[in-house]
Amino acid sequence: MHVALLKATTAFYLVGALLYLYFVFTLNERSARIGRMLLMIGVALHGVAFVARYFVAGYTPITSLFESLSFFAFAIVGVFLAFEMQYNLRVLGAFVAPLAFFFSVSAAFLPGEVRTLAPALNSYWLPVHVMLLFVGNAVFAVAFGAGIMYLLMEKELKRKRIGAIFKRLPSLNVLDDINYRCLTIGFPLLTLGIITGSIWAEYAWGSYWSWDPKEVWSLITWLLYAALLHGRLTVGWRGRKAAILAIVGFCAILFTFLGVNLLLPGLHTYSNLSG
Amino acid sequence: MGQIVIVGLNHRSAPVEIRERLAFPADTIGHALRGLAERDGISEGVIVSTCNRVEVCVLADEGYKGTQSVKDFLSAYHGMPLQELAAYLYHHTEEEAVRHLFRVSSSLDSMVLGEPQILGQVKDAYGYACEFRSIGPVLDKFFTKAFSVAKRVRTETKVANSAVSVSYAAVELAKKILGDLSDKTVMLIGAGEMCELAARHLLSAGAKGILVTNRTFERAVRLAEEFDGTPVRFEELPVHLKRADIILSSTGAPHFILKREDVEEVLRIRRNRPMFFIDMAVPRDIDPDANQIDNVYVYDIDDLNNVIETNLEERQREAARAEEIVIAEVTAFRRWLESQQVTPTIVSLRKKFEEIKEAEVAKALSVLGAQDPKTRKVVESLASSILNKVLHAPISSLKRESDGRSPSEMVAVVREIFDLPEEESGEGTEAPESAPGQGGRIGQ
Repeated sequence: MHVALLKATTAFYLVGALLYLYFVFTLNERSARIGRMLLMIGVALHGVAFVARYFVAGYTPITSLFESLSFFAFAIVGVFLAFEMQYNLRVLGAFVAPLAFFFSVSAAFLPGEVRTLAPALNSYWLPVHVMLLFVGNAVFAVAFGAGIMYLLMEKELKRKRIGAIFKRLPSLNVLDDINYRCLTIGFPLLTLGIITGSIWAEYAWGSYWSWDPKEVWSLITWLLYAALLHGRLTVGWRGRKAAILAIVGFCAILFTFLGVNLLLPGLHTYSNLSG
Repeated sequence: MGQIVIVGLNHRSAPVEIRERLAFPADTIGHALRGLAERDGISEGVIVSTCNRVEVCVLADEGYKGTQSVKDFLSAYHGMPLQELAAYLYHHTEEEAVRHLFRVSSSLDSMVLGEPQILGQVKDAYGYACEFRSIGPVLDKFFTKAFSVAKRVRTETKVANSAVSVSYAAVELAKKILGDLSDKTVMLIGAGEMCELAARHLLSAGAKGILVTNRTFERAVRLAEEFDGTPVRFEELPVHLKRADIILSSTGAPHFILKREDVEEVLRIRRNRPMFFIDMAVPRDIDPDANQIDNVYVYDIDDLNNVIETNLEERQREAARAEEIVIAEVTAFRRWLESQQVTPTIVSLRKKFEEIKEAEVAKALSVLGAQDPKTRKVVESLASSILNKVLHAPISSLKRESDGRSPSEMVAVVREIFDLPEEESGEGTEAPESAPGQGGRIGQ
């Protein structure tokens, strides 16, 4: 049942994302409203599917690549909807919703059957560690979207060619605000995610830190965001610089998540293309 | 029923001296509206008067006479000979009049295409007409429709979507750069009409406060008073600059008064909080290179004009789409008008025949001396069914859109053939309770 639900969810994300894109081009308000409604239905179904799979599998379904991609999409849509409500920023949907669809549909191409859980993963730390990180990553995905929007808008304002982008995107100030807000939410989540992982590693592998590729890349990601937060707070980094760092930071997240899984085998290799 | 007539003049048909003389000031508009509605052959009237146009819209019994009557009214009211006046006036009747008002209220006929004030002005005119009861059901429907057409044009096209004046463009840019203006401070350097206008716009868009500086401090003090702002000595500009988010500058200085390094320095103190410089001076006051600094935006007068230019081009394109909406709406409204003409005729046709029927049935029953209900019923239903069958053809051809013949012609023919009484066109107009608006003041 949960597999069919996930397929339906992906369809909702697709149509929702398309409607947001249509909104950006035509500024047709209704299309954004319907888009949001579809994403809401999608995320609700996704939640149901997640719970259903939990009961079928007997563990929190965030262990294989299929499950993590799917959960990432879920978290992105959820976080996006929260931000959209707060900032009433429909355009953001055109930048973030396709991302969620992309992860959701990539999951659909992977083997999705329920497996027996590797013994090391059978722990209460699993949901805590992984969910903290994925929700944090989803927040950074929103910052990534806002960063791209910032750069587009800034370029148009600097070049003084006022056109389509100027009309559609919100003010630079709002976009920079989102950047900061995401940082203050995402960074603690990321930090806690790494700390819980480290504690769990001590239980499971007997060492807090073993320089496994995933750990190394998490650290790189963490340092990037730490630098951004530090720069913002001490020397007043903002705007363009902050937007670029948010984009670079999210690329690091993607590499930590996908690149490491697929290219750099290590202790964390529970989820690659074969499962 | 009658015909809608609009007689008017606008910025294209008449120079400002004439428009001034023919304007209807708000304080005497009631008098004018009463004078208009009291004229023979005119049952409803609305007067739109702005600095760019005067439009007198009436419901007249007959189009040509109505037009003449309105022209006479204008000439008499403003004491200007008709021969002199006529050259500046245009007039539209029926469908053309409908199209004209729809275009005017959608701002497609404005000097600045898409400017937003005109709709409010037309609404004011409608309000006056309601208040002084010069409007009736037809023009009421007409103006209400014009408002909804204007709204459609506004939401479905981008004709009113972009700034087309320098100071408005400055406000739009400031909002996109700085976001909410309510915690932003404006600084005015030097004095210049355009800068002051832009400052005023920024303040009315919500900017928190304004600092004013000038080489002559007294001047700064005077201007600051006018804006309810703070005067700043010109020598202290570097100290106060850090407080300003939006800087409007137009001094007569021959060199840059702010160099790139100066701006970089200020920005460091501000911890990179964005600054928006609007340089209206020629030669320029602010080093254009400062635009390359992150979080600093420097627009000079040419840049602003370019923004407006692009916006105007977009407006022209959007206007074509707006015209299509207007055309569709005119057709819809014409249908409604036609149905308005036909319905009273159908009603009086029916009424006449019903009366004949009643009389004849009564006569027949009394001759028969029939008392039993069955006979009565048979006679009555015989009469009714003959009546319905006879009336079916004329009524359905009235309702049908006949090719080649306008509904008013059809109505005239039917009325003539069946010898219907003269139309009570004023039915709704004369009954005050059906007149819209709550003004309720007659003869003040």
